[in-house]
Amino acid sequence: MSNIAKRQTSTLDKVLRIALYVTLLAMALVYLAPFVVMLLTSLKDVEEIRSGTLLSLPASLDFYAWGKAWSGACTGGTCEGIAPYFLNSFQIVIPAVLISTIVGALNGYVISHWKFRGSNLFFAALLLGCFIPFQVILLPMARTLGWLGIANTTTGLVFVHVVYGVAFTTLFFRNFYQAVPAELVKAARLDGAGFFTIFYRIILPISTPIIVVTIIWQFTQIWNDFLFGVAFSGFDTQPVTVALNNLVNTSFGGKEYNVDMAAAIIAALPTLLVYVLAGKYFVRGLTAGAVKG
Amino acid sequence: MTTKSANSGSRTTQSGRPARLSLADWMPKLVMAPTVVTTIVCIYGYMIWTAVLSFTNSRMLPTYKFVGTAQYERLFDNDRWLVALSNLGVFGGLFILICLVLGVMLAIFLDQKIRAEGAIRTIYLYPMAISFIVTGTAWKWLLNPTNGIEKMMIELGFEDFRFNWLSDPDMVVYCLVIAAVWQASGFVMALFLAGLRGVDGEMIKAAQLDGAGIFTTYRRIILPSLKPVFFSAMVILSHIAIKSFDLVASLTNGGPGYSSDLPANFMYTHAFNRSQMGLGSASAMVMLGCVLAILIPYLYSELRGERHE
Repeated sequence: MSNIAKRQTSTLDKVLRIALYVTLLAMALVYLAPFVVMLLTSLKDVEEIRSGTLLSLPASLDFYAWGKAWSGACTGGTCEGIAPYFLNSFQIVIPAVLISTIVGALNGYVISHWKFRGSNLFFAALLLGCFIPFQVILLPMARTLGWLGIANTTTGLVFVHVVYGVAFTTLFFRNFYQAVPAELVKAARLDGAGFFTIFYRIILPISTPIIVVTIIWQFTQIWNDFLFGVAFSGFDTQPVTVALNNLVNTSFGGKEYNVDMAAAIIAALPTLLVYVLAGKYFVRGLTAGAVKG
Repeated sequence: MTTKSANSGSRTTQSGRPARLSLADWMPKLVMAPTVVTTIVCIYGYMIWTAVLSFTNSRMLPTYKFVGTAQYERLFDNDRWLVALSNLGVFGGLFILICLVLGVMLAIFLDQKIRAEGAIRTIYLYPMAISFIVTGTAWKWLLNPTNGIEKMMIELGFEDFRFNWLSDPDMVVYCLVIAAVWQASGFVMALFLAGLRGVDGEMIKAAQLDGAGIFTTYRRIILPSLKPVFFSAMVILSHIAIKSFDLVASLTNGGPGYSSDLPANFMYTHAFNRSQMGLGSASAMVMLGCVLAILIPYLYSELRGERHE
């Protein structure tokens, strides 16, 4: 009797198990499909796109659209492809990520181990600052960048990204350093070690995981930004997201979907690459910032 | 005086040690100073500045001629704003709901000791790494009524298949939902997966010893213990929904007409393109109000929770 019951449940288990895998794989295909379609479209010529469907394979590997997207497509007024804007994005991302990470690390260190009167209140204020809709600061910031003489420059965008990125980087580092035993820092202070000595000797050497997480997070955020880019960049200093949007939305004559798709993939490539290479940390970073936040 | 400041410097750390006032005591404050200044000025100062602008009749340049709540009255008389606001309701509601359901479901499925879990998780999550501008571009192509999914289905033999939401003012907002869910549901999955991994194994074992099946265990024990994750996900998703700007810009550009506008796009258009700074500021303040209404109760409960630990 009990044997039969066991056999029945195990067949049921097997069926459920198969259904589980089928569902998971089907969902994986759904998540993958848009990227596959983009890739396929970018490799077809315009005629093939018109005659085929989304998932039909290209007749031959043709990288014409990629070349044009990179250096020949027209965005707004000029026809230099998205290459210059791709480089703009790097010019913005690299300093902004470095500065916001360093400042965040020091802030997190202070908030978790060198508390002063009001530091907790300030942290709460900063936390709230993470979540404001940026529409609420756009106009005053535009005026400020004008006054500082860095409107429409990449320097201006670096400044903006640092100012609003520090809230997040501080949050990450603070959560991480909170787990460092206070006794460790206390003992070092009793030995006469100062603020920076403790930071370099004790805190920094154990910070690698959170530094990686923060850099990945900031890199993705800043690279993917559109709002600040479109509001504060000049014609020559647009980040790649803004250029891509212009490319896709301004069409003269026939629409070249293959070029659009190639440009979109190029714009997505750096963050995708970071994600594939360091995805484990990326997941950890996302959850660290959200669950603990 | 000296004793007092030295005390406050050493309050939390060096108990019983002779007070000493030096640069070291000031270092932490000095290091934090730039952030404190930029936070006060660039977050809270600008917020107030925008609030002030919203009570003026500023158009292309800020003027400080106060007009009371006239801009807010104009705002709520403006059909385009009302459309944007109701779009936010539909878009936000569906986006949050579907992401949560899908995210929880996928997380539970992935939690069943799945082979190649890492690879599948990566596939679910990769859209989150991509800019909404790219996402919008991709979906604009997929949802294109003449070339996209519609054409594919017709060629597959479904002659009568119609899918023209992108050009239908009544349906276009659902296109935003599709793209946004595709982008963010994997992230919700990751949050819940992390949460599931943190659930106390003893509790689950005890439940199973009591004869609870896998469904009961999830429904009665595991999911209720994930309440904090649920709230975090809610807050993050509603935040994404309220500030959604780039997705609309790239997928629909607000069209057809202004049928797919969201408040963020309304604000940008009026403040930057139409020289309606006062009106734009008023709309930004309403957006801020929406965020605070969600955020303050959340932060309050989070901070209170921390004190209990």
